[in-house]
Amino acid sequence: MVLQEKAEPATAPAPRRALLSGAISVIGELLITAGVILLLFVAWQLWWTNVESDAKQSQVIKEFAQDLGSAAPAPAASAPAAPPAAAEDFGKPVVGTAPGHAGTIGIMYIPRFGPTYTRPIVQGTSQDVLDTLGLGHYSNTAMPGAVGNFAVAGHRQTHGAVLDNIHTLVPGDKIYVQTRDGYYVYVFRNNQIVLPSRTDVLEPVPTRPGVAPTESYLTMTSCNPRFGAEERIIAYALLDSWRPAAAGPPAEIAAQVAAATGRS
Amino acid sequence: MYAWIFRHLPGPLWLRIITSLALIFVALVLMVQFLFPWMSHFTQFTDSTIGSADQP
Repeated sequence: MVLQEKAEPATAPAPRRALLSGAISVIGELLITAGVILLLFVAWQLWWTNVESDAKQSQVIKEFAQDLGSAAPAPAASAPAAPPAAAEDFGKPVVGTAPGHAGTIGIMYIPRFGPTYTRPIVQGTSQDVLDTLGLGHYSNTAMPGAVGNFAVAGHRQTHGAVLDNIHTLVPGDKIYVQTRDGYYVYVFRNNQIVLPSRTDVLEPVPTRPGVAPTESYLTMTSCNPRFGAEERIIAYALLDSWRPAAAGPPAEIAAQVAAATGRS
Repeated sequence: MYAWIFRHLPGPLWLRIITSLALIFVALVLMVQFLFPWMSHFTQFTDSTIGSADQP
Protein backbone atom coordinates (compact mmCIF):
# COMPACT_ATOMS: atom_id res chain seq x y z
CA MET A 1 0.00 0.00 0.00
CA VAL A 2 2.69 2.39 0.97
CA LEU A 3 4.57 1.61 -2.24
CA GLN A 4 1.52 2.21 -4.37
CA GLU A 5 0.75 5.53 -2.78
CA LYS A 6 4.28 6.62 -3.46
CA ALA A 7 4.12 5.40 -7.03
CA GLU A 8 0.98 7.28 -7.91
CA PRO A 9 2.42 10.74 -8.28
CA ALA A 10 5.47 9.46 -10.24
CA THR A 11 6.11 10.90 -13.70
CA ALA A 12 5.77 7.66 -15.74
CA PRO A 13 2.27 7.23 -17.21
CA ALA A 14 0.15 4.62 -15.38
CA PRO A 15 -0.52 2.22 -18.35
CA ARG A 16 3.21 1.75 -19.03
CA ARG A 17 3.87 1.09 -15.38
CA ALA A 18 1.07 -1.49 -15.32
CA LEU A 19 2.47 -3.15 -18.42
CA LEU A 20 5.93 -3.37 -16.85
CA SER A 21 4.69 -4.83 -13.57
CA GLY A 22 2.47 -7.24 -15.50
CA ALA A 23 5.41 -8.47 -17.56
CA ILE A 24 7.54 -8.90 -14.47
CA SER A 25 4.85 -10.89 -12.69
CA VAL A 26 4.41 -13.15 -15.75
CA ILE A 27 8.16 -13.77 -15.87
CA GLY A 28 8.15 -14.49 -12.15
CA GLU A 29 5.29 -16.94 -12.44
CA LEU A 30 7.00 -18.67 -15.37
CA LEU A 31 10.20 -19.02 -13.32
CA ILE A 32 8.23 -20.47 -10.40
CA THR A 33 6.54 -22.84 -12.86
CA ALA A 34 9.91 -23.96 -14.21
CA GLY A 35 11.09 -24.67 -10.66
CA VAL A 36 7.98 -26.69 -9.86
CA ILE A 37 8.37 -28.65 -13.12
CA LEU A 38 11.99 -29.47 -12.25
CA LEU A 39 10.96 -30.70 -8.80
CA LEU A 40 8.20 -32.79 -10.37
CA PHE A 41 10.74 -34.19 -12.82
CA VAL A 42 13.00 -35.30 -9.96
CA ALA A 43 10.04 -36.99 -8.27
CA TRP A 44 9.06 -38.64 -11.53
CA GLN A 45 12.58 -39.86 -12.25
CA LEU A 46 13.42 -41.16 -8.79
CA TRP A 47 10.03 -42.48 -7.73
CA TRP A 48 7.38 -42.71 -10.40
CA THR A 49 9.53 -44.57 -12.96
CA ASN A 50 10.02 -47.29 -10.31
CA VAL A 51 6.27 -47.55 -9.71
CA GLU A 52 5.61 -47.81 -13.43
CA SER A 53 8.38 -50.32 -14.12
CA ASP A 54 7.51 -52.53 -11.14
CA ALA A 55 3.94 -52.79 -12.36
CA LYS A 56 5.06 -53.53 -15.92
CA GLN A 57 7.58 -56.14 -14.79
CA SER A 58 5.01 -57.94 -12.63
CA GLN A 59 2.85 -58.04 -15.73
CA VAL A 60 5.69 -59.53 -17.80
CA ILE A 61 6.29 -62.21 -15.13
CA LYS A 62 2.58 -62.99 -15.04
CA GLU A 63 2.46 -63.41 -18.80
CA PHE A 64 5.57 -65.59 -18.72
CA ALA A 65 4.00 -67.75 -16.00
CA GLN A 66 0.82 -68.13 -18.03
CA ASP A 67 2.94 -69.06 -21.01
CA LEU A 68 4.75 -71.65 -18.87
CA GLY A 69 1.45 -73.03 -17.64
CA SER A 70 -0.01 -73.45 -21.09
CA ALA A 71 3.17 -74.80 -22.66
CA ALA A 72 3.93 -77.46 -20.08
CA PRO A 73 1.14 -78.36 -17.68
CA ALA A 74 2.89 -81.56 -16.68
CA PRO A 75 5.66 -80.12 -14.45
CA ALA A 76 3.12 -78.57 -12.09
CA ALA A 77 1.71 -81.97 -11.36
CA SER A 78 5.01 -83.81 -11.03
CA ALA A 79 6.85 -81.12 -9.08
CA PRO A 80 5.52 -81.85 -5.59
CA ALA A 81 5.58 -85.60 -6.23
CA ALA A 82 8.99 -86.68 -4.97
CA PRO A 83 11.75 -84.14 -4.60
CA PRO A 84 14.81 -86.15 -3.54
CA ALA A 85 17.03 -84.18 -1.23
CA ALA A 86 20.25 -85.65 -2.58
CA ALA A 87 22.27 -83.65 -5.05
CA GLU A 88 20.94 -84.50 -8.43
CA ASP A 89 22.75 -84.41 -11.71
CA PHE A 90 20.60 -83.75 -14.70
CA GLY A 91 23.49 -83.78 -17.13
CA LYS A 92 24.30 -81.00 -19.51
CA PRO A 93 21.94 -78.03 -19.22
CA VAL A 94 19.44 -77.53 -21.98
CA VAL A 95 20.01 -74.25 -23.78
CA GLY A 96 16.92 -72.50 -25.04
CA THR A 97 16.66 -70.57 -28.28
CA ALA A 98 16.83 -66.80 -28.01
CA PRO A 99 13.49 -65.03 -28.39
CA GLY A 100 13.05 -61.99 -30.61
CA HIS A 101 13.70 -58.48 -29.38
CA ALA A 102 11.81 -57.74 -26.13
CA GLY A 103 10.78 -61.40 -25.83
CA THR A 104 10.89 -62.82 -22.31
CA ILE A 105 13.73 -65.27 -21.65
CA GLY A 106 12.87 -66.04 -18.06
CA ILE A 107 12.86 -64.86 -14.48
CA MET A 108 15.80 -64.11 -12.23
CA TYR A 109 15.68 -64.82 -8.50
CA ILE A 110 18.39 -63.39 -6.26
CA PRO A 111 17.68 -64.20 -2.58
CA ARG A 112 20.41 -61.77 -1.48
CA PHE A 113 18.26 -58.92 -2.84
CA GLY A 114 15.32 -60.01 -0.70
CA PRO A 115 12.93 -62.96 -0.62
CA THR A 116 10.60 -61.34 -3.12
CA TYR A 117 13.23 -60.40 -5.68
CA THR A 118 11.86 -61.68 -8.98
CA ARG A 119 12.68 -59.80 -12.15
CA PRO A 120 12.03 -60.69 -15.76
CA ILE A 121 14.94 -61.22 -18.16
CA VAL A 122 14.09 -59.82 -21.55
CA GLN A 123 15.94 -60.03 -24.85
CA GLY A 124 17.80 -56.87 -25.84
CA THR A 125 19.52 -54.00 -24.06
CA SER A 126 17.88 -51.06 -25.79
CA GLN A 127 16.22 -48.39 -23.74
CA ASP A 128 12.67 -49.64 -24.27
CA VAL A 129 13.64 -52.97 -22.69
CA LEU A 130 15.73 -51.67 -19.80
CA ASP A 131 13.39 -48.82 -18.93
CA THR A 132 10.30 -50.91 -18.48
CA LEU A 133 10.73 -54.64 -18.93
CA GLY A 134 13.49 -55.52 -16.48
CA LEU A 135 16.89 -57.07 -16.97
CA GLY A 136 18.02 -56.86 -20.58
CA HIS A 137 19.96 -59.73 -22.15
CA TYR A 138 22.82 -58.64 -24.41
CA SER A 139 21.50 -60.33 -27.50
CA ASN A 140 24.98 -61.11 -28.85
CA THR A 141 25.91 -63.15 -25.76
CA ALA A 142 25.06 -66.73 -24.81
CA MET A 143 21.72 -67.97 -23.49
CA PRO A 144 21.40 -69.29 -19.90
CA GLY A 145 23.22 -72.57 -19.38
CA ALA A 146 25.24 -72.35 -22.57
CA VAL A 147 29.02 -72.56 -22.42
CA GLY A 148 30.09 -68.95 -22.66
CA ASN A 149 28.79 -65.75 -21.19
CA PHE A 150 25.14 -65.04 -20.42
CA ALA A 151 25.23 -61.26 -19.94
CA VAL A 152 22.42 -59.02 -18.73
CA ALA A 153 22.13 -55.31 -17.94
CA GLY A 154 19.83 -53.61 -15.45
CA HIS A 155 19.23 -50.19 -13.96
CA ARG A 156 20.90 -49.39 -10.64
CA GLN A 157 18.45 -46.55 -10.02
CA THR A 158 15.14 -45.48 -11.56
CA HIS A 159 12.91 -47.55 -13.84
CA GLY A 160 12.57 -50.36 -11.32
CA ALA A 161 16.14 -50.17 -9.99
CA VAL A 162 16.49 -53.87 -10.76
CA LEU A 163 20.16 -54.09 -9.78
CA ASP A 164 20.14 -51.51 -6.99
CA ASN A 165 21.77 -53.92 -4.52
CA ILE A 166 24.31 -55.43 -6.89
CA HIS A 167 27.14 -54.31 -4.59
CA THR A 168 25.72 -56.36 -1.69
CA LEU A 169 26.34 -59.72 -3.37
CA VAL A 170 28.72 -61.91 -1.42
CA PRO A 171 30.87 -64.60 -3.08
CA GLY A 172 28.92 -67.84 -2.92
CA ASP A 173 25.51 -66.18 -3.26
CA LYS A 174 23.15 -68.12 -5.49
CA ILE A 175 21.54 -66.48 -8.49
CA TYR A 176 18.68 -68.44 -10.02
CA VAL A 177 17.52 -68.13 -13.60
CA GLN A 178 14.25 -69.76 -14.54
CA THR A 179 13.49 -70.31 -18.23
CA ARG A 180 10.99 -72.42 -20.12
CA ASP A 181 13.52 -75.27 -20.02
CA GLY A 182 14.40 -75.27 -16.35
CA TYR A 183 16.33 -73.66 -13.56
CA TYR A 184 19.95 -72.56 -13.83
CA VAL A 185 21.77 -71.99 -10.56
CA TYR A 186 24.68 -69.56 -10.77
CA VAL A 187 27.06 -68.82 -7.93
CA PHE A 188 28.30 -65.26 -7.57
CA ARG A 189 32.06 -65.03 -7.68
CA ASN A 190 33.21 -61.41 -7.75
CA ASN A 191 32.43 -57.97 -8.99
CA GLN A 192 34.47 -55.37 -10.75
CA ILE A 193 34.11 -51.67 -11.43
CA VAL A 194 35.11 -50.66 -14.94
CA LEU A 195 34.73 -47.83 -17.41
CA PRO A 196 31.69 -47.94 -19.71
CA SER A 197 33.95 -48.69 -22.69
CA ARG A 198 35.06 -52.11 -21.37
CA THR A 199 33.13 -54.31 -23.78
CA ASP A 200 35.45 -57.21 -23.00
CA VAL A 201 33.41 -58.03 -19.90
CA LEU A 202 30.88 -59.46 -22.36
CA GLU A 203 33.39 -61.85 -23.98
CA PRO A 204 32.59 -65.60 -23.78
CA VAL A 205 35.25 -65.69 -21.07
CA PRO A 206 34.76 -62.28 -19.42
CA THR A 207 37.68 -59.86 -19.90
CA ARG A 208 39.65 -62.43 -21.88
CA PRO A 209 39.00 -61.88 -25.58
CA GLY A 210 39.83 -64.78 -27.87
CA VAL A 211 39.87 -67.42 -25.14
CA ALA A 212 37.56 -70.36 -25.81
CA PRO A 213 35.12 -70.82 -22.94
CA THR A 214 34.77 -74.08 -21.04
CA GLU A 215 32.35 -72.84 -18.40
CA SER A 216 29.04 -71.02 -18.28
CA TYR A 217 29.26 -67.50 -16.94
CA LEU A 218 26.61 -65.06 -15.88
CA THR A 219 27.64 -61.40 -16.15
CA MET A 220 25.45 -58.59 -14.85
CA THR A 221 26.20 -54.96 -15.66
CA SER A 222 24.76 -51.88 -14.02
CA CYS A 223 25.73 -48.28 -13.53
CA ASN A 224 28.13 -47.15 -10.88
CA PRO A 225 28.11 -45.21 -8.63
CA ARG A 226 24.46 -45.25 -7.61
CA PHE A 227 22.72 -42.20 -9.10
CA GLY A 228 25.54 -41.86 -11.59
CA ALA A 229 26.86 -43.48 -14.72
CA GLU A 230 30.54 -42.61 -14.88
CA GLU A 231 31.47 -46.26 -14.39
CA ARG A 232 29.91 -49.70 -14.64
CA ILE A 233 29.72 -52.27 -11.88
CA ILE A 234 30.00 -55.82 -13.16
CA ALA A 235 29.01 -58.95 -11.23
CA TYR A 236 30.35 -62.30 -12.40
CA ALA A 237 28.82 -65.66 -11.54
CA LEU A 238 29.50 -69.23 -12.62
CA LEU A 239 26.95 -71.91 -13.47
CA ASP A 240 26.78 -74.36 -10.60
CA SER A 241 23.92 -76.70 -11.44
CA TRP A 242 20.86 -77.13 -13.55
CA ARG A 243 17.40 -78.63 -13.09
CA PRO A 244 14.95 -79.32 -15.88
CA ALA A 245 11.54 -77.72 -15.54
CA ALA A 246 9.98 -81.13 -14.96
CA ALA A 247 12.11 -81.63 -11.84
CA GLY A 248 10.62 -78.56 -10.23
CA PRO A 249 12.38 -75.53 -8.78
CA PRO A 250 15.35 -75.83 -6.41
CA ALA A 251 14.11 -76.15 -2.84
CA GLU A 252 15.73 -72.84 -1.80
CA ILE A 253 13.56 -70.79 -4.12
CA ALA A 254 10.47 -73.01 -4.32
CA ALA A 255 8.41 -70.47 -2.38
CA GLN A 256 9.52 -67.55 -4.58
CA VAL A 257 8.82 -69.50 -7.75
CA ALA A 258 5.38 -70.43 -6.49
CA ALA A 259 4.67 -66.81 -5.56
CA ALA A 260 5.94 -65.46 -8.87
CA THR A 261 4.37 -67.95 -11.21
CA GLY A 262 1.31 -68.74 -9.15
CA ARG A 263 1.97 -72.48 -9.20
CA SER A 264 3.32 -75.00 -6.72
CA MET B 1 -0.61 -14.84 -15.51
CA TYR B 2 -2.38 -17.60 -13.61
CA ALA B 3 -4.68 -15.04 -12.00
CA TRP B 4 -5.50 -13.71 -15.48
CA ILE B 5 -6.27 -17.23 -16.75
CA PHE B 6 -8.44 -17.89 -13.70
CA ARG B 7 -10.36 -14.65 -14.23
CA HIS B 8 -11.04 -15.50 -17.86
CA LEU B 9 -12.33 -19.03 -17.24
CA PRO B 10 -16.06 -19.22 -17.90
CA GLY B 11 -18.74 -20.06 -15.39
CA PRO B 12 -19.23 -19.53 -11.66
CA LEU B 13 -16.45 -19.88 -9.10
CA TRP B 14 -16.97 -23.59 -8.38
CA LEU B 15 -16.82 -24.39 -12.12
CA ARG B 16 -13.69 -22.32 -12.56
CA ILE B 17 -12.01 -24.17 -9.69
CA ILE B 18 -12.91 -27.52 -11.25
CA THR B 19 -11.73 -26.35 -14.69
CA SER B 20 -8.41 -25.15 -13.33
CA LEU B 21 -7.87 -28.45 -11.48
CA ALA B 22 -8.59 -30.28 -14.73
CA LEU B 23 -6.13 -28.06 -16.59
CA ILE B 24 -3.44 -28.78 -13.97
CA PHE B 25 -4.13 -32.51 -14.34
CA VAL B 26 -3.84 -32.32 -18.13
CA ALA B 27 -0.54 -30.45 -17.76
CA LEU B 28 0.73 -33.18 -15.38
CA VAL B 29 -0.26 -35.97 -17.77
CA LEU B 30 1.46 -34.22 -20.69
CA MET B 31 4.61 -33.77 -18.60
CA VAL B 32 4.75 -37.42 -17.48
CA GLN B 33 3.97 -38.73 -20.95
CA PHE B 34 6.18 -36.54 -23.08
CA LEU B 35 8.26 -33.92 -21.29
CA PHE B 36 9.87 -36.04 -18.55
CA PRO B 37 10.89 -38.99 -20.77
CA TRP B 38 12.52 -36.46 -23.08
CA MET B 39 14.23 -34.69 -20.18
CA SER B 40 15.53 -37.99 -18.84
CA HIS B 41 17.85 -38.26 -21.86
CA PHE B 42 19.89 -35.50 -20.27
CA THR B 43 20.27 -37.23 -16.91
CA GLN B 44 22.88 -39.79 -16.07
CA PHE B 45 21.01 -42.59 -14.34
CA THR B 46 19.67 -44.32 -17.36
CA ASP B 47 22.78 -45.90 -18.85
CA SER B 48 23.63 -49.30 -17.45
CA THR B 49 24.99 -51.04 -20.53
CA ILE B 50 28.52 -51.62 -21.61
CA GLY B 51 30.02 -49.88 -24.62
CA SER B 52 27.89 -49.66 -27.72
CA ALA B 53 26.13 -52.94 -27.05
CA ASP B 54 22.90 -51.02 -27.38
CA GLN B 55 21.75 -52.82 -30.49
CA PRO B 56 18.31 -54.42 -30.23
